[in-house]
Amino acid sequence: MTARLVPEANDPIAPRAATPITITVNGEPVDGVLGQTLAGVLLASDILAWRSTSFGDRPRGAFCGIGVCFDCLVIVNGQRDVRACQRRAASGDAVVFHRDAPLGPSGDR
Amino acid sequence: MDQLIVIGAGPAGLAAAVSARAVGRPVVLFDSSDYLGGQYWRHLPPERPARRESVLHHGWERFQSMREQLEADPRCEVVTGAHVWAIDHGRIHVMVGEADGTDREARVYDAGAVVLATGAFDRALPIPGWDLPGVFTAGGAQALAKGERVRVGERVVVAGTGPFLLPVAASLVRSGSTVVGVYEASRASRLVRHWTARPWELLATPHKVLELAGYASSHIGHRIPYVTGHAVTAIEGRDRVESVTISAVDGSWRPIAGSERSVAVDAVCLGHGFTPRLELAIAAGCRLSAERFVEVDDEQRTSVASVFAAGEITGIGGVDLALVEGALAGHLAAGGRLHDPAVRMLRLRRGVLRQFARRLARAHAIGENWTTWLTDETIVCRCEEVSFASLCSAATTTRSSGLRSLKLLTRAGLGACQGRVCGRTVEGILGARTPQGRLSGPRTTDRRPIAAPIRLGELARQGERTTSTKQRP
Ligand SMILES: Cc1cc2nc3c(=O)[nH]c(=O)nc-3n(C[C@H](O)[C@H](O)[C@H](O)COP(=O)(O)OP(=O)(O)OC[C@H]3O[C@@H](n4cnc5c(N)ncnc54)[C@H](O)[C@@H]3O)c2cc1C
Ligand code: FES
Repeated sequence: MTARLVPEANDPIAPRAATPITITVNGEPVDGVLGQTLAGVLLASDILAWRSTSFGDRPRGAFCGIGVCFDCLVIVNGQRDVRACQRRAASGDAVVFHRDAPLGPSGDR
Repeated sequence: MDQLIVIGAGPAGLAAAVSARAVGRPVVLFDSSDYLGGQYWRHLPPERPARRESVLHHGWERFQSMREQLEADPRCEVVTGAHVWAIDHGRIHVMVGEADGTDREARVYDAGAVVLATGAFDRALPIPGWDLPGVFTAGGAQALAKGERVRVGERVVVAGTGPFLLPVAASLVRSGSTVVGVYEASRASRLVRHWTARPWELLATPHKVLELAGYASSHIGHRIPYVTGHAVTAIEGRDRVESVTISAVDGSWRPIAGSERSVAVDAVCLGHGFTPRLELAIAAGCRLSAERFVEVDDEQRTSVASVFAAGEITGIGGVDLALVEGALAGHLAAGGRLHDPAVRMLRLRRGVLRQFARRLARAHAIGENWTTWLTDETIVCRCEEVSFASLCSAATTTRSSGLRSLKLLTRAGLGACQGRVCGRTVEGILGARTPQGRLSGPRTTDRRPIAAPIRLGELARQGERTTSTKQRP
């Protein structure tokens, strides 16, 4: 087990009911609540990595959580390079993971 | 009267806006986030109300009252989702809309008087395996706990240096994680030396000392081991974190052979201090201090007469100092006077809090031999995946000692984050290994003409609308 949402029932902040939303992640439905960022929805569903790097093809997800590191990039509704930790999720958002083509010998993308 | 522009709505920016309004000056307050509060008061969005959110925060009432006051004030324009991406020739360029959107509204403001309060972000030193999913910055874990109610793992280790590791551990516990330990790389002797030096200074900041002692007695003392002189020196796992190696380190942070111990965890939180967000200050022409913060005078004025700065871009000092500096900056930038009685108290308090901050900085300075825990393969620049060995060989095999050419050669710091994460680390590693033992030429690491990401399409549209200069599509 790893990253996930603090269970509402025993959360000391006593959350009120939130509005459920559903997004798709690589075509599969994933549930979240209104107000979460895309990174929040992904992490809450125990999805820890959603990008692979260009050189090493290594998995990456969120790192800094505040929009600084750019590790958390996703494609949302066709828009590339969206920082998942900065974008609020909206019902119906279609998230696709970045799979950067490996770089050519000259380093061109 | 001209409006005062405040960039950043963390503790410093909020305090600046409130005190500028008290002097009667109209204010425009920008923050790229979609709510106010900055890093310290990062909270759940209005769509996710909670009855007792304050348990996650210190000073929550103060925040709420500043926020309510500013939002209700017709002469304070609060603009959230406002990504200030450039300052040039006295003009402030802002994209208003969702983060990394494609169809945001471009606005340009005249920079009459400005308070910069853009804050800071965590510094994390590279460690073998720190690029694995499940490794977060300490602030990142904090942001996810406060702003998302997501806990980053079930069994978490917190490591690095500085008092900030304590509130992070406390938040993790309050989110239901088991914190296997807080590992502070500074040795106890060093902490004691700096904490007990000139004890009379501490008398002026008793609540700060009590706050730290409170963390120590409530969480650290009872449930979480707080271990000084130890560091996470390797992180292992196939596609996600599975375990860490914890080592004792000497006073220079060199791991002590034979002290290694493996601990199973599913998340790691790293914090080795903070890096100020300097790009807008640099773009505005503000001079930096030797420690590479925005240099300010007694009035919080930068080297550019119309530009003031407050909070963690002027030095890492925590929320109380950010609030005091913000209040001063707002008052003076709005035309208030330095001799006003309220200002006198603020200046005294600022002096005391700065002393406290210097004490912490000395106690938690990064050890000069931390790189000895790196392996050749350790990624230093996460974006461009530049390894420690390739940085070292670039520095030793080329004649150049210029940062710019070494960066172009290795691509370190040239990726998506523009060196925000690795920049100062790369400088340190290269500098120590050039034949001259230091870098020559300008330190360009903190300079980013485009301070917040914008898309070429947006830039082109902005160009058509607001300037006659031709932009490349
Ligand atoms: C992730 C994180 C979590 C933290 N959590 C805690 C904690 O729990 N407890 C604690 O004691 N300390 C914490 N800190 C330390 C914290 O930085 C300070 O205590 C305090 O928040 C500093 O206040 P500030 O006003 O200087 O900056 P900040 O609070 O960082 O506020 C700066 C604001 O400026 C905005 N901004 C920056 N650049 C731009 C731009 N180009 N355009 C528009 N807006 C911009 C940011 O969105 C931000 O809201 C944390 C730091 C970080 C990085
Ligand atoms: S996690 Fe760093 S930018 Fe999103």
